[in-house]
This record gives sequence, C-alpha cells and structure tokens, in this order.
Amino acid sequence: MANKIPRVPVREQDPKVRATNFEEVCYGYNVDEARLEASRCLNCKKPRCVESCPVSIQIPQFIARVAEGDFESAARIIAEDSSLPSVCGRVCPQETQCEGSCILGIKGEAVAIGKLERFVGDWSIEHGKTFATVAPTNGYKVAVVGSGPSGLACAADLAKLGYEVTIFEALHKVGGVLEYGIPEFRLPKQKVVAKEVENVKRLGVKIETDTIVGRTATVDQLMDEEGFSAVFIGSGAGLPRFMGIPGENLNGVVSANEFLTRTNLMKAYDDQYDTPIYVGQRVVVVGGGNVAMDAVRTAKRLGAEAFIVYRRSEAELPARVEEVHHAKEEGIDFRMLTNPVEVLGDDKGWVRGIRCIRMELGEPDESGRRSPVEIPGSEFEIECDVVIMALGTSPNPLIASTTAGLETNRRGCIVADENGQTSREGIFAGGDTVTGAATVILAMGAGRKAAKAIDNYIRNKKQ
Amino acid sequence: MFKILEKTELANNIWQMRIEAPRVAHSAQPGQFVIVRVDEQGERVPLTISDYDSQAGWVSIVIQTIGVSTKKLCALNAGDSIADFAGPLGRPSEFVSEAPESLRTKKILFVAGGVGTAPVYPQVKWLHEHGIQADVIIGAKTKEMLIMIDQMRALAGNLYIATDDGSEGFKGMVTGMIEELVEKQGKKYDLVIAIGPMIMMKFVAATTKKYGIKTIVSLNTLMVDGTGMCGACRVSVGGRTVFTCVDGPEFDGHQVDFDEAMRRQGMYRTLEQRAAKIAQERAEGHVCKIGLDK
Repeated sequence: MANKIPRVPVREQDPKVRATNFEEVCYGYNVDEARLEASRCLNCKKPRCVESCPVSIQIPQFIARVAEGDFESAARIIAEDSSLPSVCGRVCPQETQCEGSCILGIKGEAVAIGKLERFVGDWSIEHGKTFATVAPTNGYKVAVVGSGPSGLACAADLAKLGYEVTIFEALHKVGGVLEYGIPEFRLPKQKVVAKEVENVKRLGVKIETDTIVGRTATVDQLMDEEGFSAVFIGSGAGLPRFMGIPGENLNGVVSANEFLTRTNLMKAYDDQYDTPIYVGQRVVVVGGGNVAMDAVRTAKRLGAEAFIVYRRSEAELPARVEEVHHAKEEGIDFRMLTNPVEVLGDDKGWVRGIRCIRMELGEPDESGRRSPVEIPGSEFEIECDVVIMALGTSPNPLIASTTAGLETNRRGCIVADENGQTSREGIFAGGDTVTGAATVILAMGAGRKAAKAIDNYIRNKKQ
Repeated sequence: MFKILEKTELANNIWQMRIEAPRVAHSAQPGQFVIVRVDEQGERVPLTISDYDSQAGWVSIVIQTIGVSTKKLCALNAGDSIADFAGPLGRPSEFVSEAPESLRTKKILFVAGGVGTAPVYPQVKWLHEHGIQADVIIGAKTKEMLIMIDQMRALAGNLYIATDDGSEGFKGMVTGMIEELVEKQGKKYDLVIAIGPMIMMKFVAATTKKYGIKTIVSLNTLMVDGTGMCGACRVSVGGRTVFTCVDGPEFDGHQVDFDEAMRRQGMYRTLEQRAAKIAQERAEGHVCKIGLDK
C-alpha cells in the first residue's frame, strides 16, 4: 500500500536559470509533499536507517509525526539527536547513510529522509521553535575552538548541561565551513546557517570571533589564565593542498578554498562588497569531491564556461550523486580519467591552459577504488584562464604546534579516541581536525560525543 | 567591534591608528601582522603591526591609502570602530626566539622602505628593550614621505636616512646606502632585515648577497583569511611553495622568488581599479556599467 506511492519529487529551480544565480537550487517539500512522502515509510521494527545515521536520529519516529502533520513533535524528536537539521537535511550524503539503507530502496526508491529532515528543520526555523532545555549553570567554563559543525554541536550540548561555553572563531563570521565553504545555492547563509547559529547562542553560548587560537591566545592560556576547565578543538581541516606540478603559482591558479571563501564568506560576487574575485572565461576545476562541485558550479554562476578534470572515472567521483547530477544539469563539462601534469602560462605569467594526460583504471588501491594509471603519450591541452585546485585539505597545524604534548599523526591530524580525548588531559578534539576532511554530520557527531566526554571528565575531576 | 583610540597623519596619505584590541596586544610580537576588516562589506586586509602595548591593550597600525579598503579605513576617526581586527598572525621574527647572549654579539641592520618603516619599529624596539642597538636605514622617495624618524632615532644605534631626491640624508636608494656603509664606511653586519616594497626587498637581497650577509625580508603578499586557509599568499622560497601567512611573513631574502611574488601581488590590480571606480561612483550616486561586463 504505502510503498506503492512513488518517491515524491522535490521541486528545484530550473537548471538554466539557477546556473546564473546564487539562490538555493532545491525548494524543499511543502506540507502536502512532506506528509505524502512521510507516508511511504514502512516504520521498520529494526530501522536500518537509524543504524546508518552517524548521530542515530530516530528516523521512523520523526517521519511518523510528519505523516500525521505533527511537525512540532517531529522537530522535538530530531532535536534529541541533532542540533543542525536544516543543515544536515541539505548537505548530508544520505544516499550512503540513512537512505542508502532504506528497505524501500532495494526494489524501488528510498524514503527521502534528507528532504523530510530539512522540511522539519525549516519548519522549526520558520515557526521560531527551539526545543532545548538548559540546565542551571554549574559554574564550569569550557572553551570550544572553531564554530563549524563540530564546535557548534559540542557547544550546544555542553550549554544544555549547564556549562558556560565560549566558542573562539578565527574568522569574522560564525559557522566555519558552513559559512566559508559551502555555497549559498546549496546552503543559504541568512535563512539557515545564521538561524542555526542563533539557536546555539540562545542556549547561552558566547562566541568570540576574530580569535585565532594558537595566535591570539593559546590553548594553555585559555586553561591556565582564563579558567577554562576543558577545551574542545574543532578547528577543521582548512589548509588547501596543491598538486606540486609546474605552473601552479601562475596568476589564475587558486585553491578551491580561496575561490569559495571569496564568494561565500566575502561575497565577492556582489558589487556591494569590496573583495575582488578573478573568474575568467574558462575555468578548469581539478578534483571530484563536493568541494570541486561547489567550486565549478560557483564558477559557472559567475559567468564562466566551467570544467571538471578528474583522474578517475565517474563511478569513483567522491562527490554526492545529487551534486554531480545538479552540476551536469547546469551544464558543467566533466572530463573524466584526465590528470593535469602542468599549468601553462602566457608571457605575462597568467594561466593560458592546462596540460593533462589521459588515465585508465588499474587495480583497486587501499581505499578500494580502482587506481588511475597514466596512458603514455596521451598528453593534451585544455585551454583555460583559471585553474582551481580542489584536491582536499589538511588540518591547520597552528593549534598542535602551539600546544605542548598534543599528539598529531603523520597527516597532521590531532590524535583523539572515539570520545574525542586527545593526548593532553582536559583537551578534546573532533571533526575534520581529527579525521581529515569529512562530512558535516560526522563532525557534528564527534562534537556531541566529545561534549559527553567533557561532561564526564569535569564531573570526575570535581569529586 | 574594535575602537580607534587615536589617529595621526604621519605623512601625506599615511596614517597611524591606535586600536583597542587587548587580546591582540597581549600576544603580539615583532614580525607579526593583523587582518583588518573595516565594515560588513569590507575586504580582509593584512596590515603590519607598528607598535603595541600589552598592558594598555592597544595595537597600532600604519596605513597608506592606496585602494578602496585603505581609503575606507582612513576615512574613520578616533572614536569610530572597525568591524574586525584579528591577530597577531604569522610567525614572530626569528630573533625573538634566539638566545639573548648570541643575539647581543650580532650587528643587525634594518632597511626600511616607505610604510615598511612601521613594522621595523617594533623589531627595533624589542631589540632595544633586550639591550641591542640595531642600525636602521629609512628610505623614501622624498623628505615628506619619511615616517617615524624620531621614534626610531630614540631606539636605534645609528639611524641613516636615504631619499631618492636627496631632500634629506643620503641621496639615492637604500641599496646605495647599504653599499656606502659596507664598502666606504667599512661597517660589518651579521644580519640585515629589510621591510618595504617588494621591489626594494628584491634589490636589498641582491645587494647583501654579494656581501654574504644573511637577509630576512617580510613579504606583503595578497591574503584573504590570513590563517592558512586560502593559499592566495603562496610564494616560492628556495624552490618550495610556502604560505606567507602561516610560514612567514618573514623569509630568507636570498631564497625568495621575488619576480613571481611581484607578479602574484598584481593579480587583482585591474579588479581593484574597477572596484575603486565603482566605489567612487557609488559615492557620487551614479554607477556606470559601460565596459564593465567583461
């Protein structure tokens, strides 16, 4: 019965139109669509979707409330496990998590769990609902470094437990990657990010922007001089990687981080803002992850002809299926099994093209993906005036290098156990700074686990 | 928001501002910089620290009005506030972590060009406080463009002034002054620290190389975040790509690829001119779109 209803399609901006603006691509469900889609859920006894959710949201329960039209109860159920439903409903890789495990997906299409989560999150924002209860203050101060997903989640949980939490953010805006990294057309800043941040502030969390921990104040200063009983480090993975090929320092070669920071954080696409951005006519983005998709779709919106160059095949693209699909709809040109070997410059030192070599897939590597192998003699050139490197990021060494005894691994990530405990007493860490670049939801989960561990640590210390 | 406590004109279009920023003042060390954003629409502009007082909680910056953002900043007055003042960023000068005994045996020469005089001052001051009198050359196009002469004279060993037109001190470039000191006056230096326009640092490094004097330069590259995130500030030093904001801003001047650094510095020049035009027109109440669609 219920599963005879096909998955309710979500309304989206026309690809031709949206490729020229920064408005959100997906409109999301309205009330009727949400209730209809929610009615497809089988309410499994052993819900596999919950097992696949990094923060174990009680998915069948909240969906049942949506089907009944009781959105407030649905929101209350989600709020028990997630503090950022409007964000995660938009940016989680549901196809490999909750929706990827949905029974309905075996023969047909999975329940649109992500879109329903987003619906409930947005409903709460629109109706000004917050569900958190804050315990009376216990007088203990905890510092949170970074205001991205892990920091916000950790701070929110600790504030609810009665801690006096201060978030220290290096940039001028709160939100970390949600603000500087993910574009407006995928995650609206005013409508969603600012509101979720507002909810965290409402719990009594203080936020100090323009504070670079490791420079403005060290972790030890926060603990010894400013009386913080514990510190959570959620400083992310902010350092861009480059390929190390000739021509990479030519004018016109930028990291995806720089390109996206200029557009997202600094609003360079808007003439009212002072920060410039160089877009060019033809833009080649090197990489196949979500950041590469964000960069290439941003370049397209800024008026360029935009290409993806990726060394493996489409099946190996690490980006979410939905993002790749959206990018294609918007007219992005995908050049698969292609790897750059040199960026070519003109006599003034500006990019004029990129020399690539064709690849073929060989044996699977340690990540399980078939590793690309160069086809000898297959070099060719792609004409372009901007090259954007989207090759992943690594953690900023600033905090580790200014905190004695804080262990890092060979990739520069802070070493922490599953509860976020680092090699230093009282110092916890989670999110990309521990795992290397990953997802919003994993970072949020890590922040929440660390909040529990910090609570235990401070309680034990009290006794 | 960060309050402007004082504003002084040091020379035509060059201003010094004292900003209330207790955290930055508490941690600032010679060689470091800050990122300033004037208002919500503003750029993040890297500016060097020209003085600080950790007790009183202020930090000074020196600004030359060249683009939209610096003009916006200098239009503010004491009592006004700026949106953001983040720092101190970058690594402190190498000598700060050197053993004082070994440092005291060294003869140090600073070469300051134009507004580059400002970041030299906290370095000379720090050394003075640690019992070391460093020699300083201050260079400028002409007498009117010289800044911070009296403060520097009070703390430096010997202060030498060079102007291109000879309107004060030595007539010629700072490189000429270095040659004068080393070749004619027989001065011996163990370390030269040069801060000024990229082109000046390039030629200072070329000059000191022939004398075999170790030379540190402080690079003023493009930056967005200033914390290592964007890579706009990358430069080649000794054939390796490094980030000025987190690996610098001070580097071995004999290893820096200045030609590449100068080319990269100009990357947004035409866009900046365009922005300046738009800002001017916005102020005048008319926005001209002609020729701006490319």
